[in-house]
Amino acid sequence: MDENITLPPNIEDIPPPGLALVEELDKLLLVQLRDGRKIIGTLRSFDQFANLVLSDSKERIIVAEQYAEIPLGLHVVRGENVVLLGELDAAREPPPGLQLVSEAAIKQAQRAEREADKLKGTLRSRFFDFLDDI
Amino acid sequence: MLFYSYFKTLVGKEVTVELKNNLAITGTLHSVDQYLNIKLNNIRVVDERKYPHMLSVRACFVRGSVVRYVQLPPGSVDVELLHDATRREARGG
Repeated sequence: MDENITLPPNIEDIPPPGLALVEELDKLLLVQLRDGRKIIGTLRSFDQFANLVLSDSKERIIVAEQYAEIPLGLHVVRGENVVLLGELDAAREPPPGLQLVSEAAIKQAQRAEREADKLKGTLRSRFFDFLDDI
Repeated sequence: MLFYSYFKTLVGKEVTVELKNNLAITGTLHSVDQYLNIKLNNIRVVDERKYPHMLSVRACFVRGSVVRYVQLPPGSVDVELLHDATRREARGG
């Protein structure tokens, strides 16, 4: 066990929080947002809250084995919405086993998936209602 | 500051970070800061098939505010040491 933890921290030794993103500047990143969206872009700037500036960004939508990319251009992301920043491995890009489709096709697939989820939800709640009744 | 110091002692160890959206990522702890933002290398996602977008990600930065749990390697907590450090911090360093 490291003894660092017992030492009173020296204020000059502590880097300001949020600085770890310096290493990611000008790299192509995948940013996952709190609402589940994934944005791919080049990190141009950031601050201690993980507010981000992404250039040439695009949203990547994956449904089952298909994916599509929707160009978004320059984006500023408010830090509170950031879940995770992933460094993309060029060797595994585009993601293996996924098939690129058009924006219209992916939107349709997304709608179909949402409908299926809703149906599953209704069936489940009906089943529980039924259990409550007996 | 206590947990920041504690996490710093875990750098280089393998941890599993579970996020508030249920995504769980295992990787080598690369760095941590005062907000408990975490950087992981050589990551693998626990339920990979459910999160296909993570397939092409090898290293990642996780914002501290979205972390639910950090699963630690066994034997990485020296309770006595943490006790002492806690008391010292409670006394105001």
